Amino acid sequence: MPSALPARLLVIVPAWNEQETLPAVIAELRSCVPDADVLVVDDGSMDATGDVARAAGARVLPLPINLGVGGAMRAGYRYALRQRYDLTVQLDADGQHNPADVPRLLDTMAAEGADVVIGARFAGVGTYTARGPRHWSMRVLAVALSRVTHTRLTDTTSGFKACNHRAIRLFSANYPAEYLGDTVESLVIAARAGLTIRQVGVAMRPRAGGRPSHSPIRAAVFLVRAVFALLIALSRPTEPLPRPTIIAGDDPEEATA
Amino acid sequence: MSLYVSVVMVCVVVVVAMIYLLRTRRIREKYAAIWLLLTLAVVVLGAFPQLAFWLSRMLGVQTPVNLVFSVGLVVLAAVCLQLSTEVSNLEEETRRLAEEIALLRADVDRAAEPAPEDDAP
Repeated sequence: MPSALPARLLVIVPAWNEQETLPAVIAELRSCVPDADVLVVDDGSMDATGDVARAAGARVLPLPINLGVGGAMRAGYRYALRQRYDLTVQLDADGQHNPADVPRLLDTMAAEGADVVIGARFAGVGTYTARGPRHWSMRVLAVALSRVTHTRLTDTTSGFKACNHRAIRLFSANYPAEYLGDTVESLVIAARAGLTIRQVGVAMRPRAGGRPSHSPIRAAVFLVRAVFALLIALSRPTEPLPRPTIIAGDDPEEATA
Repeated sequence: MSLYVSVVMVCVVVVVAMIYLLRTRRIREKYAAIWLLLTLAVVVLGAFPQLAFWLSRMLGVQTPVNLVFSVGLVVLAAVCLQLSTEVSNLEEETRRLAEEIALLRADVDRAAEPAPEDDAP
């Protein structure tokens, strides 16, 4: 009975070829946050991601083509806006983020009056560490974005994020699909639009599949691209928070396009 | 002399091809305009090569042909830039359409569900 609750929560899980890990993640979500609806954004998967998600009891937003995390997330925020959800939590499909942390994100949001809460690594919780050049890249980003957002951030590339209705409205209109746009640039956009950003430390679990890269060349490429993305994001004109529309789903920008 | 004739001929062929593409709606006029201007410029230069000498003297370019080459490069770069921005526009439009299709498919899925969902599946 989600509609009986004061706040409706949607957990958005962007998924691209995640049929192996998705059922466990959805099952955990349903036991940790039973009042939440789960939306899997199937980002043009070649495998049975969509079917697996439906079978596990999630709603599915099947993108016909692969748009990347940023593209999948904007579609998810548009869904949240049109279905009039009050809160969203973005969570990775690979099992890295613990669904049991979702209430902590929401508690922090309520306690600190934040519009966006990041579930952050390197914040004293958990044992996840990055070493070497990649670590330094992430430090640079963290320091720079802490200044932009006027709060202390330790992990700017986290895909574990809670948003309230103001952030949903902003991100459904403007969520970049570029490299790091879904993490770094979206924080810049949120800060520029006057949203309050906070973080809460979470423990990351080892990924069920895939390997974290520790090659110094890839780390250097990451740093260059990250700094480039950050500079472009900072140099962009500020996008104001869109006004709430009377009928969610009619955005004013589409009429003028 | 025969070089000028062949240059003008090539330009005429390009103009005719442009008009043909425009008439059959395979190219929109916002892309054709810059090519038409370019061909026109080449026709004028081909017909009156003195223009190139005069212009390069005015601009202080020692070899007129270098002026022609560099102007040509700049124009081609501008065309590429225009195409890049158009491709970016198209990508954004594709993204919007993909989102709308996904949202509609989600609506259809929900409408097709046999019964309104209860608290437990």
